[in-house]
Amino acid sequence: MQRRVVIKTGGSLAMIAAAISAGVLPQSAFASWNKNAFDAKNLNDVVKAMGGSTAEKSGDIAITAPDIAENGAVVPIAVASKLANTESIAILVEKNPSSLAAQFDIPGGTEANVGTRVKMGQSSNVHAVVKAGGKYYVATKEVKVTLGGCGG
Amino acid sequence: MADPMRIRAQLKGDTTEVRVLMAHVMETGQRKDAAGATIPAHYIQNVSATHNGKSVLSAYFGPAVSQNPVMNFSFKGGAKGDKVVITWTDNKGDKRTDETAIA
Repeated sequence: MQRRVVIKTGGSLAMIAAAISAGVLPQSAFASWNKNAFDAKNLNDVVKAMGGSTAEKSGDIAITAPDIAENGAVVPIAVASKLANTESIAILVEKNPSSLAAQFDIPGGTEANVGTRVKMGQSSNVHAVVKAGGKYYVATKEVKVTLGGCGG
Repeated sequence: MADPMRIRAQLKGDTTEVRVLMAHVMETGQRKDAAGATIPAHYIQNVSATHNGKSVLSAYFGPAVSQNPVMNFSFKGGAKGDKVVITWTDNKGDKRTDETAIA
């Protein structure tokens, strides 16, 4: 009998743990800040965490960023998408500790053209991942970060 | 309570261009202070923008967004004098809401 009790309590504990890890509990606190996507380390993991499988390369996404950024703490990056039904735009910096820097959800009526400033630890590829019509597209641009200040 | 945001909303043709400057430290949680202790992460996670009560943008930031974040976007359907309201929430639960009229 003793053993059955142990199994029972063990089972219910496991269920609570499953509920927590599935994100049921923190969901209410942060509407849809996607922790998995912000923890992901590379492009493919971010796309998977956002619910896609792979991202297709697209020429309809324009990344406006400097070729050489003198100050890695403030790198202005703008992304414009010409894809129809653009639903969200994400900015990723490949060599940062976590790739995803920012994600923008674009409701209808808002132009698929957003800009912000991000930190870059070192020279790296910058990816823009666009979700349009349920599919994921990506464009890439390399940004060099000069550390010494006199060119790179 | 954090410092106020600076928001500019300008009507150009039929689109409204919005620029927002938020005052925030955006601490990544990776830096260490002089004593070698990690400075805890403190950054904006959610930013939402509404025009006349209708959502025009939701943004999710990670710690890699620069200190005092800047955000530009534009939407259709604004008119002069309409209100644009921006709200951000950071990972410590701090909130700030500011609004401006479209010029």
